[in-house]
Amino acid sequence: MRYVLRRLGFMGPLLLVISLLAFALIRLAPGGPFDRERQVPPEIERQLQARYHLDEPVLRQYLRFLGGLLRGDLGPSMRYRSHSVNDLLAAGLPVSLSIGLLAFGLALGLGLPLGVVAAVRQAAPAGHLANAAALAALCIPTFVAGPLWVMWLGVKWQWFPVALWGSPAHLVLPVLTLGLYFAGRVARLMREGMLDTLPSPHLITARAKGLSEAAVFWRHAFRPAVRPVVSYAGPMLADLLTGSFVVENLFQLPGLGLFMVHSAFNRDYPVVVGLVLLYAGLLLVLNLVSDLILAWLDPRVRYE
Amino acid sequence: MRSLRSAGGRLRKAGGSWNRQHGPERREGWGAAVGAGFLVLVGTGCLPTLPPADLTFINGAEPESLDPALALSIEDLRVTQPLFEGLTRNDPVTAAPRPGLAERWEISPDGRTYTFHLRPGTVWSTGEPLTADAVEFSWLRVLDPVTGAGYASLLFVVEDAEAWHLGRLPPPARPAFRARGPRVFEVRLRHPTPYFLDLCALPTLAVVPRAAIERLGEAWTRSRPLPVSGPYQLEFWRLNDRVRLRKNPRYWDAAGPALEVVDLLSVAHPGTAFNLYETGHADVIWDRNLVPPELLDRLRARPDCHRFDFLATYFLRFNVTRPPLDDPRVRRALSLAVDRRRIVERITRGGEQPAGGLVPPGTAHHQSVRAVAHDLPAARRLLAEAGYPGGAGLRPLRYLYWTAGSGAGQEHAQIAVELRAMWGEGLGVRLELDNREKRVFIAAQRALDYDVSQSSWVGDYNDPTTFLDLFQSRNGNNRTGWADADYDALLAQAQAEPDPARRAGLLARAEQRLVGEAAVVAPVYFSSGFHFYRPDRVAGIYPNLLDVHPLQAIRRLEGGKPVQRRPASGR
Repeated sequence: MRYVLRRLGFMGPLLLVISLLAFALIRLAPGGPFDRERQVPPEIERQLQARYHLDEPVLRQYLRFLGGLLRGDLGPSMRYRSHSVNDLLAAGLPVSLSIGLLAFGLALGLGLPLGVVAAVRQAAPAGHLANAAALAALCIPTFVAGPLWVMWLGVKWQWFPVALWGSPAHLVLPVLTLGLYFAGRVARLMREGMLDTLPSPHLITARAKGLSEAAVFWRHAFRPAVRPVVSYAGPMLADLLTGSFVVENLFQLPGLGLFMVHSAFNRDYPVVVGLVLLYAGLLLVLNLVSDLILAWLDPRVRYE
Repeated sequence: MRSLRSAGGRLRKAGGSWNRQHGPERREGWGAAVGAGFLVLVGTGCLPTLPPADLTFINGAEPESLDPALALSIEDLRVTQPLFEGLTRNDPVTAAPRPGLAERWEISPDGRTYTFHLRPGTVWSTGEPLTADAVEFSWLRVLDPVTGAGYASLLFVVEDAEAWHLGRLPPPARPAFRARGPRVFEVRLRHPTPYFLDLCALPTLAVVPRAAIERLGEAWTRSRPLPVSGPYQLEFWRLNDRVRLRKNPRYWDAAGPALEVVDLLSVAHPGTAFNLYETGHADVIWDRNLVPPELLDRLRARPDCHRFDFLATYFLRFNVTRPPLDDPRVRRALSLAVDRRRIVERITRGGEQPAGGLVPPGTAHHQSVRAVAHDLPAARRLLAEAGYPGGAGLRPLRYLYWTAGSGAGQEHAQIAVELRAMWGEGLGVRLELDNREKRVFIAAQRALDYDVSQSSWVGDYNDPTTFLDLFQSRNGNNRTGWADADYDALLAQAQAEPDPARRAGLLARAEQRLVGEAAVVAPVYFSSGFHFYRPDRVAGIYPNLLDVHPLQAIRRLEGGKPVQRRPASGR
């Protein structure tokens, strides 16, 4: 418990440093939010700079941002001027969360059995097949796999809509694209873990005690073997929940991934900082959670 | 072996304790997993299925705002135009200005005073009466720097408008437009402006609801229902997804629009846009950048591909502030050495026209200028005259351009490579290619941190000045460092000239000076646009120079026949 509190305590200062870095770095990039192919008249540009306090020293701007943060306000978007960063997050987060959670479920639901089969039936055809499938899913990046799924399932056979957001059917292709890739990674990790565990003498002992194969497998093999997957699952979930740019761009999903990239291109400073903070916060929390699960899985792991 | 066994022993002990302690929890774990799966299923089942629109357009990048005063990009304009109308509106066929909120107007003999008469009984979509006060409020709002309207300068044709914008007009003086009674609106212009009625049809000058704006400030476009003055009202705007519009039953011409519900999709990825179109999820693609460029050659042969000319020019800017490009002979030599036909035939391949001037052919009030054409011997002579025979003694020049993921972005790179070859082989000029991310590109161009820069411009209204004004000494879009009193004087003279033919002649002289003698820019080609829609499915889209296609004229066909209109209360 003390450990958890300490980790949580560290997060505050860490997030502060991250926000400062994001805040400063994006402002260091050449070009500003109001540099456009069509220049706005100088008087108006001055007004815009003043409205968003871009005419103030950066430190002052940062303090202003921190003040807003304390009130839970991440500031206005400089591109979508009728929206605040909070609005954009509120609009994009549910979409990215649904896609991310479903993809996470698919990655684990498919990756774990696949990894287990690949390890347990290592020499049999089923094992080779599972291994090959995992490797294929892992090696084909989403920006290649996505268009292939779209071509077959969307355009050729028209089973599922090719893009957009509007019905459960719209979820299928993005979740498949995103989930399969991570399923490949999960399967590989699971297989490694399983291969490490299977020759362990404690399994022989367990069998010698007369435990059923199922009990041996679930209690004594799977638990230690799944640890690499658990430690990977934290950052993976953070990745999935904040949206994948490739998948959101390909399927035109109104999630956070699109904002993440476009805001950087548009020099929409507050959106960049807000998204970086959200991602960093999620990453820290989920890492902590996966560490706690690891401790629960393996009592030898003790955090002081 | 020993250590392994001991490790096993330790594990077994621990394992024993797991058996006892975690047996029930394991079952709980499975229960939780099943529960979570169930929740996800229920959650996705609850995802509301959107009823389809009557017609779906692929609009391109996400619009920045629904506020017509803030609309800048073509995507913004296509979304705000159906929502907010001005005194005039565009003819669907020719894009010429036709009566909009104003049913008629009088123009004074000197061409400087316009008296507009608003239609009687015009109301906002929310039912409140729409009066001339609203026009006055809307225009003042555009001119007010606090609003941040990117196109505020369009209104500078009005007397005292620029001075008021700059805060140089002593109060209580105001720009010379005002409501004279609830239905009469009067404007006094600085000069006779042949395109003033065109300006009145632009979203920038459209009429916006004062009450909502004063109540909500910048967030006024998010009030629901959103009071609008145009043929369509806002159903919803989902960021990075779509803007859904529904017919405005209180529009003065409510009988006009044929489509009840219209979706404008924010899809910027060409592959995605094209897939949606091919699978029937979208009916119209508005832009050539929204189809995969590698397919364009094949698509052009199809009956659903519609090419049109519009007011857009691709050109090069020269930075005239540093040697050797401060010498007009060097600039002109470079411009003469560009084989424009080769670029349009080998790279762009969309039926573009090689450009000899900056203003596209067909522009209203324009006298065609052919200030430059491919002439390599003349280019070599000029370069030698300037002291660099065969390019000897010339430092390498830096060519600034930007590329985006796909589409037109890649064309910039291909053109850059082609220019390097043309200038290298033709003139012995070395060109260093400087590819930047777009914002960096714009910042570098503004700061004159380049020698030669890729450029393009799309005209806002149908008049040569929408192109020629850019290179006035103090225009923020000049970005060449060129300040020429003669050029400014020619444009000022043209502005004040009431006779259309003489005005066109003066503008042609200015263009000749800009592109010919001074060679501040090297025009490359006049762009072509493409729309994609099946002619047996969609009607009412007509090619025009402004690339404006009023939604109220577009109809859906089924089997080549108009679709029966659904009743407004159908859903």
